[in-house]
Formats: sequence, structure tokens, C-alpha cells
Amino acid sequence: MIEQLSTIFSYEFMRNALIASFWISLATGVIGSLVVLNQIVSLSGGIAHAAYGGVGIAYYLGMDPMLGALLFSTASALIMGAVQRKTRSGADTLIGVMWSIGMAIGIIFISLTPGYKANLMSYLFGSILAVSGTDLRLMALIAFLVLGFVFFTYRSLLAISYDETFSTVRNVPVNLVYLTMLVLIGLTVVVAMRMVGLILVIALLSIPPAIALNHFKDVRPIMLCSVVLSFLLCFFGLVISFQTNIQAGPVIILLASAAFLISSLVRRLHLSKKP
Amino acid sequence: MEDKPVISIKNLWAGYEADTILEDISFEMFQNDYVGLIGPNGGGKTTLIRVILGLLKPDKGTISVMGQEPVRGRRHIGYVSQFQVEDKHFPISVWDVVALGRLQPNLLQNFHIRPYDKEVIELALQQTGMFEYRKRTMNELSGGQRQRIYISRALAAEPKILLLDEPTSSVDSQSSNQIYNLLAELNDHIAILLISHDLTAISTYVKTIGCVNRQLIYQGNKELTADMVEIGYGCPVDLIAHGLPHRVIAGHQHEDHHD
Ligand SMILES: Nc1ncnc2c1ncn2[C@@H]1O[C@H](COP(=O)(O)OP(=O)(O)OP(=O)(O)O)[C@@H](O)[C@H]1O
Ligand SMILES: [Mg+2]
Repeated sequence: MIEQLSTIFSYEFMRNALIASFWISLATGVIGSLVVLNQIVSLSGGIAHAAYGGVGIAYYLGMDPMLGALLFSTASALIMGAVQRKTRSGADTLIGVMWSIGMAIGIIFISLTPGYKANLMSYLFGSILAVSGTDLRLMALIAFLVLGFVFFTYRSLLAISYDETFSTVRNVPVNLVYLTMLVLIGLTVVVAMRMVGLILVIALLSIPPAIALNHFKDVRPIMLCSVVLSFLLCFFGLVISFQTNIQAGPVIILLASAAFLISSLVRRLHLSKKP
Repeated sequence: MEDKPVISIKNLWAGYEADTILEDISFEMFQNDYVGLIGPNGGGKTTLIRVILGLLKPDKGTISVMGQEPVRGRRHIGYVSQFQVEDKHFPISVWDVVALGRLQPNLLQNFHIRPYDKEVIELALQQTGMFEYRKRTMNELSGGQRQRIYISRALAAEPKILLLDEPTSSVDSQSSNQIYNLLAELNDHIAILLISHDLTAISTYVKTIGCVNRQLIYQGNKELTADMVEIGYGCPVDLIAHGLPHRVIAGHQHEDHHD
């Protein structure tokens, strides 16, 4: 077992993938907990898919697609956030619209670009085995931004997530904190895309916190548990992917789903045991 | 009465989009006041509170809280909403909820809870008799227990004004008596505006009564006048049927009126 693992991680691309998993888990575990607690899973999905528009345009212009994705996800986070602030209910439709517009723009610009495009699939389904040193630095940076933000504004974040009206009355800068959170979700989504692809990124963001929520009663342990879970899922996903030669993204998400099922069953059993 | 009102509203109109809900409201409240507001469902009581809190901009008229605009003056207000937070699954402890009352506008000031904040939070929990529940999660509490936590949270802000929107609607009678006694005590140094449909409680505990039904009838006395009854509820028979003590209804006999 140990021997096998050391063989697997003797490859540089596997070591990089593992380091990437670490940074991505830090960011998704922490920000994903906020996504789940604020019930903005679909908004985050909208941000992820809108980012594909940026991938397409950047590719067309011959720029780094990651840069395009970062710009698009930030812009869409701000737009959706601003609209959601104004009209609580109208946001749902807008999310759907931006979701599709992003995808459409991406697909159009990619088909306008001549040449071989196979690597664009990697944005849809992930390409964790191909991360570069630059990618890793970007992931670390975003993980630090997320951790710093949550660390320094924790009580305000908790307040806004729990009771926005009361936070407003206390004059907490609700919009600033909320929009910053959405932008960080956007950035996290883009780096997590490298791991599992934009189609599955929402699962990576929401499943570990959903599991943690079943077992903890405070936000901090939920975040910690999500990070650990997310890293374990990525780790085993990578190992299985290496040995079976199946793409890592789908393997990780299936593992996560299985873990979620088991966790829900355990909780059920636990609850039904009580008198 | 003291010279400076804590809340001052002049000729205020407010509503939502095309709907005008509040018409030409004028109202002054002073540091020693304990005002009870009654009125029918949809009369605009909660809307009035939202205007005072700066959550809803008035269409016309002026309003000040502690001599400032509501968005600035509201830092002196402790507020208990009519509606409880909906998300029953949010993992937050009683202590953390009451600690929200200590939130500051400056994000970095919220970084940690100072020893003084801790004292205030503890006192606020003791005042509503919920101290022993401080380690519980909110979703493990009953509706009435939660209401008491929200009152604690309002008190934790060390307010000069308390706005209470039906704070005891699901609190049992013993605890609500306890809360009303506490409010009477706090009224020594806090002005209180209490909305309630519990006319008996209102008539027993508050110093003055007002009635909101689009307009505000408030003369600064304790009696429910025929005016209020007519504008507020249409007919005094309802009130007597509620078992309201007779002394509360003052003024002349109610005359038959056209509907
Ligand atoms: N967000 C809103 N948008 C549009 N109309 C609203 C909104 N909130 C309240 N209203 C309307 O304003 C009117 C007054 O509502 P308000 O909540 O102030 O009544 P209330 O006196 O507090 O009633 P209750 O005793 O039932 O709490 C109602 O007709 C209601 O339909
Ligand atoms: Mg109301």
C-alpha cells in the first residue's frame, strides 16, 4: 500500500496534483461552507458557468484561458450579487440567464477559433494532472485570500449569513462583505475547475459542507471538516484515477456523492436510535 | 417630559412601490416613554418600524432617531423583529446569536469579543432567563425560547431605544409577564416602543397607547380613545369582547357610523 502510494507520487505530475488538491480543498472547504449556509449553491453554479464565456473569449484572443475565466467569474459574481441585493426573488431567473449566456459565449468563441481544441475540454471536465507551477501559485494565492477574508471578518460573515436584516440595523457593511464573498466564490470556482471541471465544480463546493453540516453544530468545525473531507476525497480520487486510468474529476465527485449518502444514512441511524 | 425626542417623525408618508401604507404620520417619543402600538393586521405597524430603522425610505416627510438620520441613529436601537429567522438548520449557538447584538460597523472591531462585550451578553441572557441555554444551538430551542433570545440580542446592543414588534407572541404567559416586568424596569433608562396584539398586556404595562391603521392616532395618553378604536378597529364591541378592562376605553359612546 505504502509502496504503491510512493510509486504513484513519484511522478511529478501526481505530486503537483496532490499539492493542487491541498490548496483547492482549503479554498473550497471554507468558501463552500459559506455557499451552503447562505443557500447560494445555484448562484455559485451560475458564476461557474458564466466563467466559461471568459475561457472562450480568452482562447479566441490568444490569452491565457484561466485569466479570462477569472475576469468573467468576478464580473458575473458582482452582477449577480448586485441584482440579488436589489431583488431577492428576481435573482433566480438572472442566475439561469447568466449561466446560459456564459456557456453560449464560450462555445461560440471557441468554435470561431481555428485549430485543435481538445484541451478546452479540460475546462469542462478538469485537468488536474496538467497543473503548472503558475497554476499552483494561483491556487495558493486564492486559498490565502479566502482564509484571510474569513479569518478577519468571521463574526460579520456569520451575522450576515444568519440574519441580514439585523446586521444591516447594526450597520455592518453588509453589501461589502457579501459581494467580497461572492467574488471569492468566483475565484475559488475557477481554480476548482482545474480539479473537477466547471460542470462538477458545484459538487466539490457543496458536498463536503453538506456532509459536515450533518455532524457539527458550529460553523468553524464545519469549515474545518469540509476542508479535510475535500482533501481526502481529492486524494483518493487521484489514486483511483491513476490506477484505473479514469479522469480524476468524475471519480472525485462520485466518491463525494457516496460519502454524502453514507453520512446521511449514519445520521439517520443515529437519530432513530435516540428515544 | 424631556426636551429632546429620541424619535421624531413629521408628516411622514411611506409605502412599497405604488402602495402608500403610512399617511401623514407625526410622532414624537421621549427618553422616558413606553409606547404601546396597536392596530389591525396590515395596518402598517411593522412598516413604521422599518422606516424608523432606516430599512425603508419614506416617500415624504422627515424622521430622526436620536437627532440623526435613521441609518446613523439606529445604532442606539435594540430591535426585535416580528419574524423569526427562517432557516431552522443554521448551525449557530444561542451565545453567538446574542453576541450579534454587539456587532460594530467596523469589520475589524468585530474580529473578537472583548471582555466587556462578554459581560453585556451574559447580562442580556440573564435578563430574559436564558443564560443556562447559552451553549445550545438555536434550532434546539422552542419558538418562545427563541423569541426570548432575540430580546436578549436586542438588549445586548445596550440600546437607548427598544423597538419590539410582537416580541411575546409565542411566549408563555409566565415568561411574558417576566419579560414585561423586565421592560418596565429597563424603561428607567430606555425608551420603549412595543407593538402587540395583546391588548391586555398593552393596557397593563405601557405608559401611553397609539393606534396605527394607515394613520397614527397618538395623543400621548394611556386611554384608548373612541377615535383610535374607530380608525383602528372600526368597532369597540370587538375590544370589549376581547375582555379588555373597561377603564382603558375612554371618551364618548361610540356612534353608529357608515362603512
Ligand atoms: N415588502 C412589502 N412589499 C409590499 N407590500 C408590503 C410589504 N410589506 C408589507 N406590505 C404591505 O404593507 C401593509 C402593512 O404591512 P405591515 O407589515 O406594516 O402591517 P402590520 O401592521 O405590521 O400588520 P401585522 O399586525 O399583521 O403585523 C400590508 O398591507 C402589507 O400587505
Ligand atoms: Mg407587523
